[in-house]
Amino acid sequence: MILGRVIGEVTSTINHPFYDATKQLVVENTDAAGKATGEYVVAVDVVGAGVGELVLVLDEGNGARQVFGSNDAPVRSVVVGIVDAVSLSI
Amino acid sequence: MLLGRVVGTVVPCVVTPGLEGCPMLLVQPLDKTGKPKGRTLVAADATRMAGPGELVTYEGGREAAMALEPWFVPVDQAIVGIVDSLHLPGGTR
Repeated sequence: MILGRVIGEVTSTINHPFYDATKQLVVENTDAAGKATGEYVVAVDVVGAGVGELVLVLDEGNGARQVFGSNDAPVRSVVVGIVDAVSLSI
Repeated sequence: MLLGRVVGTVVPCVVTPGLEGCPMLLVQPLDKTGKPKGRTLVAADATRMAGPGELVTYEGGREAAMALEPWFVPVDQAIVGIVDSLHLPGGTR
Protein backbone atom coordinates (compact mmCIF):
# COMPACT_ATOMS: atom_id res chain seq x y z
CA MET A 1 0.00 0.00 0.00
CA ILE A 2 1.06 3.57 -0.48
CA LEU A 3 0.56 6.66 1.61
CA GLY A 4 -0.98 9.60 -0.20
CA ARG A 5 -2.90 12.81 0.12
CA VAL A 6 -6.18 13.37 -1.70
CA ILE A 7 -5.79 16.44 -3.92
CA GLY A 8 -8.78 16.20 -6.21
CA GLU A 9 -11.79 14.40 -7.52
CA VAL A 10 -12.60 12.96 -10.94
CA THR A 11 -16.14 12.69 -12.25
CA SER A 12 -16.95 10.67 -15.32
CA THR A 13 -20.19 9.56 -16.98
CA ILE A 14 -18.90 7.50 -19.85
CA ASN A 15 -16.71 4.82 -18.40
CA HIS A 16 -16.24 1.10 -18.10
CA PRO A 17 -19.39 -0.29 -16.38
CA PHE A 18 -17.33 -1.20 -13.32
CA TYR A 19 -16.68 2.49 -12.65
CA ASP A 20 -20.37 3.45 -12.72
CA ALA A 21 -21.31 5.06 -9.41
CA THR A 22 -17.79 4.94 -8.01
CA LYS A 23 -16.05 7.89 -6.43
CA GLN A 24 -12.66 8.51 -7.96
CA LEU A 25 -10.03 10.54 -6.17
CA VAL A 26 -6.75 12.00 -7.35
CA VAL A 27 -4.19 11.00 -4.73
CA GLU A 28 -0.64 12.34 -4.75
CA ASN A 29 1.89 9.96 -3.29
CA THR A 30 3.68 11.19 -0.20
CA ASP A 31 6.71 10.02 1.70
CA ALA A 32 6.45 8.95 5.35
CA ALA A 33 6.80 12.58 6.46
CA GLY A 34 3.80 13.58 4.36
CA LYS A 35 5.80 15.36 1.63
CA ALA A 36 4.57 14.93 -1.95
CA THR A 37 6.81 12.78 -4.16
CA GLY A 38 5.42 14.06 -7.47
CA GLU A 39 3.71 10.81 -8.44
CA TYR A 40 -0.05 10.46 -8.31
CA VAL A 41 -2.76 7.92 -8.91
CA VAL A 42 -6.50 8.07 -9.58
CA ALA A 43 -8.05 5.64 -7.09
CA VAL A 44 -11.56 4.40 -6.36
CA ASP A 45 -12.70 5.43 -2.90
CA VAL A 46 -14.43 2.88 -0.64
CA VAL A 47 -13.98 4.63 2.71
CA GLY A 48 -15.43 8.09 2.12
CA ALA A 49 -12.21 10.09 1.99
CA GLY A 50 -12.15 13.72 0.92
CA VAL A 51 -9.78 16.34 -0.43
CA GLY A 52 -6.90 17.12 1.91
CA GLU A 53 -6.96 13.83 3.80
CA LEU A 54 -3.99 11.52 4.20
CA VAL A 55 -5.05 8.10 2.93
CA LEU A 56 -3.87 4.56 2.36
CA VAL A 57 -4.04 3.48 -1.26
CA LEU A 58 -3.97 -0.16 -2.27
CA ASP A 59 -2.18 -0.17 -5.64
CA GLU A 60 -2.31 -3.81 -6.65
CA GLY A 61 -4.84 -5.44 -8.94
CA ASN A 62 -5.68 -8.71 -7.21
CA GLY A 63 -6.11 -7.07 -3.83
CA ALA A 64 -8.22 -4.33 -5.38
CA ARG A 65 -10.54 -6.82 -7.06
CA GLN A 66 -10.89 -8.64 -3.75
CA VAL A 67 -12.12 -5.39 -2.18
CA PHE A 68 -14.93 -5.30 -4.74
CA GLY A 69 -15.60 -9.04 -4.59
CA SER A 70 -14.99 -9.34 -8.32
CA ASN A 71 -12.58 -11.33 -10.43
CA ASP A 72 -12.92 -9.34 -13.62
CA ALA A 73 -13.00 -5.69 -12.57
CA PRO A 74 -10.38 -3.58 -14.37
CA VAL A 75 -9.28 -1.85 -11.19
CA ARG A 76 -5.91 -1.52 -9.53
CA SER A 77 -5.95 1.47 -7.19
CA VAL A 78 -8.34 1.72 -4.26
CA VAL A 79 -8.41 4.13 -1.31
CA VAL A 80 -8.79 1.66 1.55
CA GLY A 81 -8.05 3.78 4.63
CA ILE A 82 -7.94 7.25 6.10
CA VAL A 83 -4.79 7.87 8.12
CA ASP A 84 -5.04 9.45 11.56
CA ALA A 85 -1.36 9.55 12.34
CA VAL A 86 1.99 8.35 11.10
CA SER A 87 4.77 8.03 13.64
CA LEU A 88 8.34 7.47 12.65
CA SER A 89 10.62 5.89 15.22
CA ILE A 90 13.85 6.73 13.41
CA MET B 1 -5.66 4.77 -13.06
CA LEU B 2 -3.87 7.78 -14.42
CA LEU B 3 -5.02 10.85 -16.31
CA GLY B 4 -4.32 11.42 -19.98
CA ARG B 5 -5.33 13.58 -22.90
CA VAL B 6 -6.26 11.92 -26.18
CA VAL B 7 -4.07 13.50 -28.84
CA GLY B 8 -4.72 11.29 -31.83
CA THR B 9 -5.97 8.05 -33.28
CA VAL B 10 -4.10 4.99 -34.47
CA VAL B 11 -5.51 2.73 -37.16
CA PRO B 12 -3.83 -0.68 -37.25
CA CYS B 13 -4.44 -2.79 -40.36
CA VAL B 14 -3.61 -6.17 -38.83
CA VAL B 15 -4.31 -6.93 -35.19
CA THR B 16 -4.17 -9.95 -32.96
CA PRO B 17 -7.47 -11.89 -32.66
CA GLY B 18 -9.76 -10.20 -30.15
CA LEU B 19 -8.58 -6.69 -30.95
CA GLU B 20 -10.44 -6.36 -34.27
CA GLY B 21 -12.46 -3.15 -34.29
CA CYS B 22 -11.07 -1.94 -31.00
CA PRO B 23 -10.31 1.80 -31.20
CA MET B 24 -6.66 2.66 -30.57
CA LEU B 25 -5.92 6.17 -29.40
CA LEU B 26 -2.74 8.13 -28.82
CA VAL B 27 -2.72 9.34 -25.24
CA GLN B 28 -0.49 11.97 -23.67
CA PRO B 29 -0.07 11.11 -19.96
CA LEU B 30 -0.66 14.02 -17.59
CA ASP B 31 0.85 14.86 -14.23
CA LYS B 32 -1.17 15.61 -11.10
CA THR B 33 -1.67 19.23 -12.14
CA GLY B 34 -3.01 18.25 -15.56
CA LYS B 35 0.15 19.19 -17.46
CA PRO B 36 1.63 16.79 -20.08
CA LYS B 37 4.27 14.47 -18.68
CA GLY B 38 6.29 11.82 -20.47
CA ARG B 39 5.92 10.21 -23.86
CA THR B 40 2.65 9.54 -25.61
CA LEU B 41 1.35 5.99 -25.57
CA VAL B 42 -1.16 3.98 -27.54
CA ALA B 43 -4.17 2.86 -25.51
CA ALA B 44 -7.09 0.65 -26.49
CA ASP B 45 -10.37 2.47 -25.86
CA ALA B 46 -12.58 0.35 -23.60
CA THR B 47 -15.28 3.06 -23.55
CA ARG B 48 -15.30 3.08 -27.39
CA MET B 49 -16.38 6.70 -27.19
CA ALA B 50 -13.27 8.74 -26.49
CA GLY B 51 -11.87 11.05 -29.12
CA PRO B 52 -9.05 13.54 -29.69
CA GLY B 53 -8.96 16.40 -27.19
CA GLU B 54 -10.72 14.52 -24.43
CA LEU B 55 -9.45 14.07 -20.89
CA VAL B 56 -9.54 10.38 -19.98
CA THR B 57 -8.54 7.95 -17.27
CA TYR B 58 -6.56 4.94 -18.35
CA GLU B 59 -5.43 1.77 -16.68
CA GLY B 60 -2.24 -0.11 -17.41
CA GLY B 61 -1.01 -3.67 -17.23
CA ARG B 62 -3.22 -6.65 -16.46
CA GLU B 63 -6.17 -4.39 -15.62
CA ALA B 64 -6.07 -2.93 -19.14
CA ALA B 65 -6.60 -6.38 -20.61
CA MET B 66 -9.50 -6.92 -18.22
CA ALA B 67 -11.25 -3.70 -19.28
CA LEU B 68 -11.82 -4.84 -22.84
CA GLU B 69 -14.43 -7.00 -24.50
CA PRO B 70 -13.56 -9.78 -25.33
CA TRP B 71 -11.86 -10.24 -22.04
CA PHE B 72 -8.12 -10.57 -21.64
CA VAL B 73 -6.79 -9.44 -24.97
CA PRO B 74 -3.13 -8.51 -25.35
CA VAL B 75 -3.00 -4.77 -24.57
CA ASP B 76 -0.96 -2.88 -22.03
CA GLN B 77 -2.96 0.34 -21.67
CA ALA B 78 -6.72 0.84 -21.89
CA ILE B 79 -8.91 3.91 -21.55
CA VAL B 80 -11.56 3.15 -18.91
CA GLY B 81 -13.30 6.51 -18.52
CA ILE B 82 -13.90 9.90 -20.10
CA VAL B 83 -13.50 12.64 -17.52
CA ASP B 84 -16.39 15.10 -17.18
CA SER B 85 -14.70 17.25 -14.60
CA LEU B 86 -11.51 17.20 -12.63
CA HIS B 87 -11.32 19.17 -9.39
CA LEU B 88 -7.77 20.00 -8.39
CA PRO B 89 -6.34 22.67 -6.06
CA GLY B 90 -5.77 25.03 -9.01
CA GLY B 91 -9.44 24.88 -9.98
CA THR B 92 -11.69 22.76 -12.13
CA ARG B 93 -10.39 21.44 -15.46
